[in-house]
Amino acid sequence: MTSVAVDRIACAGRGLCAELLPERISADEWGYPVIADAPLTADLLPDARRAVAACPALALRLTP
Amino acid sequence: MTAVRTETAARLLPATGPAGGRATGHGAGLRDLRAHEQAYGPLPAVPPAHLVAAVREAGLTGRGGAAFPTYRKLSAVSAGRRAVVVANAAEGEPASGKDRLLLEAAPHLVLDGLQLAGRAVGARDAVAYVHAGPLVRRTQEIVAMRAAAGVDAIAVRVVEAPARFISGQESAVVSRLNGGAALPRTVPPRVSVKGVGGRPTLVQNVETLAHLALIGRYGPAWFRERGTAEEPGTMLLSISGAVSGPAVVEAGIGARVGELLELVGGATRPVQALLIGGYHGSWLPAHDLPVSVAGLRPYGATPGAGVLVALPAECCGLAETARAVSYLAAQSARQCGPCSNGLPALAETLGRLAIPGRAAGAPERIAQLAALVERRGACHHPDGTARFVRTALTVFHDEVIAHLGGRCRGTDPRPVLPTPRAARGGGS
Repeated sequence: MTSVAVDRIACAGRGLCAELLPERISADEWGYPVIADAPLTADLLPDARRAVAACPALALRLTP
Repeated sequence: MTAVRTETAARLLPATGPAGGRATGHGAGLRDLRAHEQAYGPLPAVPPAHLVAAVREAGLTGRGGAAFPTYRKLSAVSAGRRAVVVANAAEGEPASGKDRLLLEAAPHLVLDGLQLAGRAVGARDAVAYVHAGPLVRRTQEIVAMRAAAGVDAIAVRVVEAPARFISGQESAVVSRLNGGAALPRTVPPRVSVKGVGGRPTLVQNVETLAHLALIGRYGPAWFRERGTAEEPGTMLLSISGAVSGPAVVEAGIGARVGELLELVGGATRPVQALLIGGYHGSWLPAHDLPVSVAGLRPYGATPGAGVLVALPAECCGLAETARAVSYLAAQSARQCGPCSNGLPALAETLGRLAIPGRAAGAPERIAQLAALVERRGACHHPDGTARFVRTALTVFHDEVIAHLGGRCRGTDPRPVLPTPRAARGGGS
């Protein structure tokens, strides 16, 4: 089941992922991603890929 | 593995001599090496596959806190090529002294275990990663002496571990050995696949290696004579707090709290609570629980690396916890947002809770922060801290109520938990 995962060290809390994939990612009070447990549904995959590509720190990835 | 050993209470820690002095075998001289060989017998030439099988049969688990089955780690690393094996004596936990004591009192057991583990995984290089201090130099002398005596087939180098809480975390060890800071790295890849120099790396606590050195000599059945069927063998525990003679002791896994406290001279004052497993462990009520994974599981606790602190009744458990969490926050690697923001916020809120009359809203905020930091870091520092904090609010519930009402039940403000100041600069 595909989902998104974040490299916690690379992540700088810029928040683009939460903007581009709000169905699965929200920002905590300091701007860092909180990723929901639910796997990505097919309709969310394009947005998920956009979020992965947009991360300035290259911290987001699709898994597996 | 045909040597026979008469069972004594202590397997790892050498017995004291007739006059109460230390037994021989712990010094850096050749005489001490010979005394060690005399006491334990020579290191057997066990083939790697046999050794892994023996470790599996013995049921040895890691003594660094995670209790991971050692044979599985050995198998994982031996699947690779040109492995590196590391003896981990970083011992970043302030209330723990067992690894340094073991390395000082029984260095040859540790170094024998390092050789055996190296042989089991096909390593050509070994490292002893030692908590900063005089023990680094001393270990270097012992390693050099063993090399000169020709007893170590696998070359060993000694590396200083910075005296910080997370220096002993597995990926932090590898990072340090690769020339970087002793800070956790993102996994995957696991260090067993790609570690020191990009090579498969086995990181084992020094106590685990010492047990391994004895299993290699006396076999799995001997190892299983102590402890429980599910958790065999002995373990070292660092017992401190309101006890008569704080010390590192060795006991079969599953020994009860009462028995362990007696080993260190008993409690000096009524015990309010116990901290089991260190600063990533759990506060528990002062019950006579068996100290094993299975024995503590119903209470949401684990033995961890064997830290046991007895908190006397007159102390404020919230003040102690607040101080410890300030320490933990300062020890964050500061690499991940949730940890580097969340732990100081937890420390600050606990600090408020520790002041009667300023505690309003603190329990709720603490619960919120604990949930926010766990599983959102590259390592388990935030998780362990969150667990420690939650158990404090549970066990010291009466104190929380008192503080919310403007009172503190504690009468003795003297600190019990050690919270060393980090040395600035150098080495990390």
